[in-house]
Amino acid sequence: MEWIGAITAGIMAALGVWMMLDRHLMRVVLGIAVLGNAINLGVLTAGRFAGSEAAFTFAGQQVLDSANPLPQALVLTAIVIGFALFVFALSVLKRTHELHGDKDTDRVSQVTERPAPDQDEEEPYPPAEDRKP
Amino acid sequence: MNVLVILPILIPLTTLLLALLVRRHHAWVTVISMTGSAILLLAGIYLVALAAEGTVLSAQMGGWAAPYGISLVIDRLSAVMVAISGVIGFATLVYCFRQPMPADFLRDTHLFIQGLLVGICGAFVTADIFNLYVWFEVLLIGSFALIALGGGERRLSGAMTYLVLNMLATLLFLLAAGLVYGATGTLNMGELALLFRADEASAGAWLGVILMLVSFSIKAALFPLFGWLPASYHVAWTPVSALFAGLLTKVGVYALIRLVTLLWPEPGVVHSVLLWVACATMIIGVLGAAAQTEVRRILSFHIVSQVGYMVLGLALATPLALAGAVFYLIHHIVVKANLFFVGGIAARLSGSERLAAMGGLYARTPLLAILFAIPALSLAGIPPLSGFWAKFVLVKASLDAGIWVAAFFALFTGIFTLLSMSKIWNETFLKAHPDPERIGATGNGPRSAWFTVAGLAAITVMIGLGAGPVMDYAIAASTQLIEAPAYLQLLNRGGE
Repeated sequence: MEWIGAITAGIMAALGVWMMLDRHLMRVVLGIAVLGNAINLGVLTAGRFAGSEAAFTFAGQQVLDSANPLPQALVLTAIVIGFALFVFALSVLKRTHELHGDKDTDRVSQVTERPAPDQDEEEPYPPAEDRKP
Repeated sequence: MNVLVILPILIPLTTLLLALLVRRHHAWVTVISMTGSAILLLAGIYLVALAAEGTVLSAQMGGWAAPYGISLVIDRLSAVMVAISGVIGFATLVYCFRQPMPADFLRDTHLFIQGLLVGICGAFVTADIFNLYVWFEVLLIGSFALIALGGGERRLSGAMTYLVLNMLATLLFLLAAGLVYGATGTLNMGELALLFRADEASAGAWLGVILMLVSFSIKAALFPLFGWLPASYHVAWTPVSALFAGLLTKVGVYALIRLVTLLWPEPGVVHSVLLWVACATMIIGVLGAAAQTEVRRILSFHIVSQVGYMVLGLALATPLALAGAVFYLIHHIVVKANLFFVGGIAARLSGSERLAAMGGLYARTPLLAILFAIPALSLAGIPPLSGFWAKFVLVKASLDAGIWVAAFFALFTGIFTLLSMSKIWNETFLKAHPDPERIGATGNGPRSAWFTVAGLAAITVMIGLGAGPVMDYAIAASTQLIEAPAYLQLLNRGGE
């Protein structure tokens, strides 16, 4: 059981890294999501998830063949956090795309390297009504 | 359970929740947030006072005994880090006060800074690896929001770079935590320390821990993993980048110091790798700064170079060197944040932060020149300011250890730092402004920003003049780091 998890995690991690190396920003962000899930799977596998009983017991009772519940709890936390970060990354990506018109990673670096704008030319904070959904 | 231990997390969290409740009233958000960080500052000072007497606070969350439950520990290093976070958090909020920005922008900044402080303080007090990961994520999401706040093409592009590389670092940390748990069956730092100190760690555990060091190195912006920092810090709003410059990489440095001193109290292979990494970081950072022509970009590269000094202290692993690293950490956070603040005021007065478009500020406001000179000279290590003592101790420690190369690199970097600071000085203060009408066209800015800068400069001078007590504290902290009484005792004592 564990070797399936390990190999899947490995393949997914490879896919994720490959996608992150792409020039297209969308793939980079998706690559992070894939890599994140590969790592979640890896954490679960490393923590020995194999077992046929639920990891739940009453007083005086002993469960012999249960999966380790701790990695499950860890991964659950990591999934939730990862999801939030992914959504944030997507929203930044969406806005970047709207502003740049394309999603090229080189373009992003170029824009970051632009000389600092003068103080009075700072891009203004969008008015509140623009940010309402 | 000792309530004091969770104070550093509880205070910013409560402040954040209260501020969220009244988020429609901007003035109230400001009041609550500033009060909250003032309380955090006071709590930090109280914790330092307790720690200075040798008290080590610890608690088990939910009453679950170590190593099963999450442990929180506040020793000397944690206490001083919490206090300094309080200082910088409060300073940033004072700087933000009455800045000419839209009210909702300021409100959002306040909220996210509190969120960021929750994560930072959490990372400083936890003694559990997975919990550290969670705090990293908390501070990460706060910093993502802060760096992107305000929008615009340039800022979002910088935010994108920051976001991708920091998410990658955190994912590596998660994998490392999983692997370490898989190999050792524990997430408690104390139990890991026992395992490694007894030399009973398996290859899998080593793999996980090394991966963890790599992840912390990305966070701390060590060579060769520092690329994200100079590519993103200069795009954020000035107070935000000052807060980042002061605190964020230092969370990574703190985690490195904590892990390395816990697992390998004696110098070993990890230390020799770190030594070369530290030397490379110092040099590359300072050379990178020499090529820059904007205030914040120069300063960003100097963050990298300065982190090298702290890691140098860690890598030498003698008690004196570790004390130097702790002293450097304290000194650097204050000075670096202050330089960003001064840079912000100077940019406002000149109308730009490009050195070519700045100038004439010495004639305009000699006070600002003095306020810049104090942290700048301190950064370069001119006596009697705080940076001199920090560098002096590190150089002495490397000479004591017989590692001349490290001492040479440290001094060499110091000269280049001075060079780069004099570049900013010449271009910003002495040179005539290319367009004199622009100087001070928008006024001096809010007075509170000047108070922030003056206050932080006063702290730098105080650390410099009172270097004795601070160094005593740092030495005691470094002994405590190696002996790690709290971390190891938690295991024997069980829950409280």
